[in-house]
Amino acid sequence: MDGITALYVFMLAAFTGYEVISRVPVILHTPLMSGSNFVHGVVLVGAMVVLGRADPDSPLQLAIGFVAVFLGAANAAGGYVVTERMLAMFKGGKKAGGA
Amino acid sequence: MISGFIQVSYFAVAVVFILGLKAMSSPVTARKGIVWAGWAMVAATLVTLQTPGMQNYGLMIVAIVLGGALAWWSGRVVKMTDMPQMVAIYNGMGGGAAAAIAALEFARGEVHGTVVATLAVLGALIGSVAFSGSCVAFAKLQGLMKKPIRLPQQNVVNIALAALTALLGLLIIASDAPAGAAIVLFFVLALVLGVILTSPIGGADMPVVISLLNAFTGLAVGFEGYVLGNPALIVAGIVVGASGTLLTQLMAKAMNRPISNVLFTPLTGAAAGGEGE
Repeated sequence: MDGITALYVFMLAAFTGYEVISRVPVILHTPLMSGSNFVHGVVLVGAMVVLGRADPDSPLQLAIGFVAVFLGAANAAGGYVVTERMLAMFKGGKKAGGA
Repeated sequence: MISGFIQVSYFAVAVVFILGLKAMSSPVTARKGIVWAGWAMVAATLVTLQTPGMQNYGLMIVAIVLGGALAWWSGRVVKMTDMPQMVAIYNGMGGGAAAAIAALEFARGEVHGTVVATLAVLGALIGSVAFSGSCVAFAKLQGLMKKPIRLPQQNVVNIALAALTALLGLLIIASDAPAGAAIVLFFVLALVLGVILTSPIGGADMPVVISLLNAFTGLAVGFEGYVLGNPALIVAGIVVGASGTLLTQLMAKAMNRPISNVLFTPLTGAAAGGEGE
């Protein structure tokens, strides 16, 4: 992707992010923070790609790649579980979620 | 053929993430939103395994299973009241992953061109700050770190450290093959910066700080997405960066405290209401 196309993508994504949550009620602040925390867990995909390209003969590269994938997977899995637990409280009774 | 399939899948994943976040901002649809986003994440992971020319599958699977299982388990057993610090620690891990991606690209000597190098360095800096900052936030909320820690002349130290880190970053961007020592020092300074920026802030203000660090991680992921040429990372990362920034403002407003107050009042040492634990 060339620089200027990327700049447009950055700009449009930024406006999208702003618009998407602009009318969020206060009780959803913490769950939504947790939910967006889960969404950036997609960093796992990037980590997998770089570990996949790492030189198998270089312990340093393998170690950094391993850490990247490990952290990315933890971000995604933990983010999901925590968000799902918070939002499960919205099922049925209207109780305030999170803290 | 296969890479076309991957590209289309990433596109679909990005769309579902945005729809999921939209759903999560209303109480009626919130639960559906996270479930959609969850399936999109599973799909993204499976599709990525098909990327042509990848190696080290064994190590990759071990890392995914270990990291995923540990986080899944810890997220399941934690008490409902301890949720905010769990969000902090998982967010820190995401920031750490983004920083590690940059570190690996530097180690492979695969960062070419000013734009790519600039975004790689920015992502590494923001990701590292989010990582160590989130660890401090976790420690504070978990009760491991009882009092806000203030250095003498904190403002001067902060600015000096930030300037030094920025200078080193510029050096790495300007150099075609940056020295290993410079890169290591850069990461160390960025990590220290995250610690000293968050440690003076009191526990009561931590949710706002976590939200801000969450937006930071989003930005770092977006920047590293550009370095890797992966539009799904760019879109998901920047959407989180922007929505996280807005959310931080909303949270600060709900607490009746402007965001600058949360971040900088502890530094100037002025007495603020609700400081500390």
